[in-house]
Order: sequence, then structure tokens, then C-alpha cells
Amino acid sequence: MSKHTLSVLVQNTPGILARIAALFSRRGFNIDSLAVGVTEHPDISRITIVVGVEDLPLEQVTKQLNKLVNVLKIVELDPVQSVRRQLVLVKVRADNETRSQITQIVDLFRAKTVDVSPEAVTIEATGGSDKLEAMLRMLEPYGIKELVQSGTIAIGRGARSITDRSLRAVERAS
Amino acid sequence: MPMTEQATGAHHPQPRPRNGGLQQSPTEHVTGAQSLIRSLEEVGVDTVFGIPGGTILPAYDPMMDSTRVRHVLVRHEQGAGHAATGYAQATGKVGVCMATSGPGATNLVTPIADANMDSVPLVAITGQVVSAAIGTDAFQEADIVGITMPITKHSFLVTRAEEIPRVIAEAFHIASTGRPGPVLVDIPKDILQTKTTFSWPPAVELPGYRPVTKPHAKQIREAARLITSAKRPVLYVGGGVLKANATAELKVLAELTGAPVTTTLMALGAFPDSHQQHLGMPGMHGSVAAVTALQKADLIVALGARFDDRVTGKLDSFAPHAKIVHADIDPAEIGKNREADVPIVGDAREVIADLVQAVQKEHSEGHRADLGAWWADLDRWRQNYPLGYELPADGSLSPQQVIERIGQLAPEGTIFTAGVGQHQMWAAHFLQHESPATWLNSGGAGTMGYAVPAAMGAKAGRPERAVWAIDGDGCFQMTNQELTTCALNNIPIKVAVINNGALGMVRQWQTLFYNQRYSNTVLHSGPGADQKGPSAGTRVPDFVKLSEAMGCYAIRCESPEDLDKVIEEANSINDRPVVVDFIVHEDAMVWPMVAAGTSNDEIMAARDVRPDFGDNEE
Repeated sequence: MSKHTLSVLVQNTPGILARIAALFSRRGFNIDSLAVGVTEHPDISRITIVVGVEDLPLEQVTKQLNKLVNVLKIVELDPVQSVRRQLVLVKVRADNETRSQITQIVDLFRAKTVDVSPEAVTIEATGGSDKLEAMLRMLEPYGIKELVQSGTIAIGRGARSITDRSLRAVERAS
Repeated sequence: MPMTEQATGAHHPQPRPRNGGLQQSPTEHVTGAQSLIRSLEEVGVDTVFGIPGGTILPAYDPMMDSTRVRHVLVRHEQGAGHAATGYAQATGKVGVCMATSGPGATNLVTPIADANMDSVPLVAITGQVVSAAIGTDAFQEADIVGITMPITKHSFLVTRAEEIPRVIAEAFHIASTGRPGPVLVDIPKDILQTKTTFSWPPAVELPGYRPVTKPHAKQIREAARLITSAKRPVLYVGGGVLKANATAELKVLAELTGAPVTTTLMALGAFPDSHQQHLGMPGMHGSVAAVTALQKADLIVALGARFDDRVTGKLDSFAPHAKIVHADIDPAEIGKNREADVPIVGDAREVIADLVQAVQKEHSEGHRADLGAWWADLDRWRQNYPLGYELPADGSLSPQQVIERIGQLAPEGTIFTAGVGQHQMWAAHFLQHESPATWLNSGGAGTMGYAVPAAMGAKAGRPERAVWAIDGDGCFQMTNQELTTCALNNIPIKVAVINNGALGMVRQWQTLFYNQRYSNTVLHSGPGADQKGPSAGTRVPDFVKLSEAMGCYAIRCESPEDLDKVIEEANSINDRPVVVDFIVHEDAMVWPMVAAGTSNDEIMAARDVRPDFGDNEE
């Protein structure tokens, strides 16, 4: 099963997230990760969905998403032609002996220590899922007390913007 | 060429002032409720089916004063929903139903799901608890927007009174354009009571809703090339052709190509049954000729059809040799169940009109396949395995014969509705389906209880037509209370209860697949019933007395000698609803049949009769 990253531009209306999430579950697709936020246009939100499906069901889910009246546009982002990022906050058990080793790992992955206490450090890291998984593997032996991960967000490389045309459509309507 | 004008879509958007001009109406100072009724008037609604209650109550006050909107007070909200669906299917307009919050709204769930499966344009308007109480589990609160999300084309929760005209205009536009479907509008009571302004037409804001109606020229050319070179083509016609008003175009295409036509349960009437090229209905209970034609085809041209499992049988063995041209207004249907070689997104009327021109061009260039051998096969199949039935040996009424005679004796243009089960399949087989919008049934959802309220809606929308509901005794007991509505509102429908004393289709499966163990399918048994069979049961309820109590004229028919006389009597009464209780033989079965989950190659023409296609030596 291959991972696909869909960028879904939606009208910023109540219930749209429920509609999208319900559609995935109703049609039997699993969402790996989901991130929502408003775009440069206050009336448009962008939902980034990572979904693990084969090509044919992906086409079906894209078509079904497109039928939702508040969905403006769906773009599948090519892994090579896009930048994807995820944020993790992780609380790792640390004492005087291990703290410096952990800090080294943090530096290695260009992560940040955002909180320190006598028994733990909290680390903030961003990156693609491969990098973050590697970092977590390195931290695991010290004892991960708590882990929070955001959904993946992604943007295409180059000057083109996927919001341009949708923005015009929304402006025409309002 | 007898081609009607090119349509731009199935229906024109309706939010337009009635005078046809585009100037804005003067601003009126109104309540939200008045704004709602004014909006319904402006969008062209003439009939609403519903029941008032606490939260929708404000809307019913201005409704009383409306001279343009007739409200039909039903006896159960499910009846309102199916009536709106029947109205929509008979008139081509959007059907409208209305209910209060909580249980009123949840009683609409079944008809909304039904309309969604059969792509019927429906607008359901529900009251909601006051805005401040939403989410508090208030009295008669139900999250009807959430509940209906997976079974509506779209839904609205109105949050400001000034939105009402725009929301109503958008709801009707979405319901009636593209692939039609149900739209829910939920309005909190305080919004209905708020002072606001009304002006028409409102600006419609739907940047994410752009149905594609115009087919792609290259795909049309490719389809025409396949159609004119195929040796065993079949036109597989679905309900989309009826919704797009494309039956005239379909006839031209069929006659131009000479290809056989099969119409699905949802498309009966899209192509005349009497036409030489018509093979009948495909699918689980389709004709042997239609099912076999699809199995042996080298090209299937699907027009407004969706390769439903009741048509395809076991999907991976369906039509193994066929290339697929799939035209549908809903892109998500194309490739959903069966991969398409030539996908065409567009309105069926535009697609077929364009196909006609493209096929003519291929013909003019000398491209035309000889279908002689194909028709020899098709004719042999339909000669050897025609639809038919045997009369019961004990002299009791045959359900198939009852339905066939009702069809033959009905006045021209009669609209038929059906419930779900054996009687529905027999009505599909033995009524003569000749014209569009005369066959209304619950195809996708298979909603028992659909027939009576749908007939009520059809008759309300087309009062000049005779409307016959062909119902089963199981179905009839689910929604017959709407006969009271019919009697009190001068909606004189006719109902044939095909009374075999059992849930017949389930009984048929028990006969075939469960060793004749009739678990919970005998409707008449109980204290006092003899155990010989369902028809010999208690006769509880007495449908004649029940119908009379509801203000209907009711007759019972138990013998073949009385059949024509009773039907003619029913046809002659037009001042009130008529119910005929036809006591029929309980062991009649629907044939042909493809058992669920098996290949269409395994079709049985009758019990233990597998057609001989002359391919057994292969």
C-alpha cells in the first residue's frame, strides 16, 4: 500500500472537517494523518491528508471528495516535487547521566530542547516522517514518557500556487 | 432527425423570479419563517408534504396564508419524504418535505436515504431547537445534519435569518442539477422567529459546485468508433437517462446503431418495452436475453447507469469480454465498480446527442459493423426464454396475472409505483413500460413501504393521471396510514395489495436456500390460523375493513373470474382512494434469478432450469 498526500482546499464552513472525515470512514479508507489550517485567504482552509491506498481506490476517494459541495480543489502532492513537514513534541526520561547524550541526539537531528526538568527533557522536532522516526528510534532507549505528533503538512516546490484559482472562484462568488 | 433541443443540463437552476425577469424584488421586512415561505414560493414550490411540531411551528403560520404553496398534512414523516420523492419522480421537479426537530426529522431519514440512492431531487426542511440550546440534548433535539450527512448530497444548518433565501436557492439548485439528490435544510426555531429582510433572487455562492454536463469531444469520438466497430454491442441504460430527459435521444441512438437495449429497474420506461430492440431488464431478476447479452457483449455502452451489484452479479465475472463505454454525470461512478475503457462525464442527454452525431459521422465514413449474427443469438435467447409464469393449479389468483391485467386495463399514461419485493419484480416484468416517469420505485435502497406514499406524491403532482400503487401485503402494513391523507386531501390513488400472506421475496429465498424453513415470513399466522399456508391464515388485518376505515373504497378479489371486473371497478372510481386486496397464491416465485453472490452466467430461467446457450461444449 502506497502513501499519498492530498491537499484539499475547502470553504471555511462549519462541519466540513466532519464531512471529510466521515467520507473516508464510510468509504472504508484509513487516514494516516490529517492537518487543517486556514490559508492566506481567510475563507479557505487547507486540509492535508495522508492516506495509504492503491491508485484505483485513491482515484475513487478523490472523486468522492470532489463531490462535497464545500470542497474547492484537490491536489495530490508528488513526494519529490513537494516539501512535507511534521512536528513532534516528545518528553524523554533524562537524568544527569543521560541528559548530555540526549542533547547530542537533539543536535544531530537539528531538533530543539524546549523544556528541561530534573527527570525529563522535552524536545521539539520538525521534518519528514523518515527523519522523525529515526530520531524517535534513537531516543527510545532512554524512555519516551509522552509523544505528540501533528499531521503532515505539505506544499509544492516552485513558484506555482494551488490556491490561486480557487481563490478567484471564491472571490467571484462573494 | 427527431431530436429535441439540446439541453444544458438535467434541469435549469430554479432560483429565478417567476416573471422571468432578473431584476431584484423590493426588500420586504419579514420574519425568518416568512422568508422561508416566500423563498419556497419564489423557487417554484407548489406542494409541500409534512407535519408541524414545536420547532418548525413558526414556519407553519405563514404557510397557512400562502396561496402558492399547498401543504399536505401527512400521517407520518416517512410518508412525507416518500411522497416528495414520488412527486419529484412523476413531475421532474424538486420534491419538498417538512418536519419538526428530533423524531420528526429522524423519521425523514429513510426517505432521504432512499432519494440519495435513487438520485431523486428532494429538499427536506426541518425545524431545529433554538440556537442557544443546540448541543444541550434539549427536548426534541437531534443532530439531523450529522445524522443525514452520509445520505444527503448536501446539507445546511441555517445560522442567520438573512441567509434563508440564499440557502433555499442553493438547496434547490444543488438538489436538481448535476446528479440530483436530497438536500437537507435545518433551521433553528429562533432563526424562524427573527426579524429579517427578504429579497429575490439571492446571490448563490457555490464555488465548489460545478457539475460537468458537456461531454469531452475526444471521448465521444472514441466511443463512436467502438460502437460502430463492435460486433456484440449492448446499450445498458440507467435511471440517469430518465433524469436527463434523454429518452428521445436514446431512441435515435438505438435505432441508428441497431444495438440491443437493456433498461435497469430505475430506467424502465426510458425505452419502450414494445420496441423490437428492447431486451428487457438486466440483473438478478432480469430477462435471460438481457443478462446474457451483457455477459456475451464485446461492448457495453453504459448510459446513466452505475454497475450496481444487482445488475452485475459477481463483479469479476460480469461481462468478461466487454469493453466499457461509461457515461455518467457523476465522475465518481465511472470506474467505481467496473473499469471504463472510455469514460465520459456529462449529462446523458448531451452525451447521447453528441454520440448520435459522432456515430453518424462514422457511418458516413463507411464504418458499420454487421450485427446480424448478434441479433440471431439475441432473438434465440428471447424466444427460448421469454418472461412468463404458470397459473396456479388450484385455481387461485396468480400474482403475475393480477399485475399484468392491471397494466393492460389501466388508462393510458397511468403512473405505477411499487413497493419492494416479489410484487416489485413482477411489476417490472409484467407491466408494459412504454414512457418515462410512469414507473416509480425504490431501486437502490429497496425501501419497503415506498409505494403508497410515493403514489400519493405522484398523484398530487400529476392529478390528471391515474396512479396505481402495486404493493405487497408486507409493504402495505408499513405505510398504509397515508391512505387517510389521500382520502382527506382529494388524492384518489389506487392501491393493489398483492396479498400472499407472507414476506414473499424473503420466503422465496427460504424456499430456495433455507430448506423451506419459513422463519418469520408468514404474516397471517397467529392464534386461530391453520398451519396449511399463509393465505389460509387469520386474515389479520382485514385490508378491506382497514382501508374503508381510512376513507377508501375497498374491494377484495380472490378468484381469477372476478379479476377484470374488479380492476375495472377500481378504475372507474375517481372520487376517493381505492384499495383492492388481491388474495394471491403464496408459492409464486420471481424468475429468472441469479442467486446472490454468483455469476450472471449462472442465471436460472426458472427453478432448476439453466438456459442452454449452446456453449456447454466449450
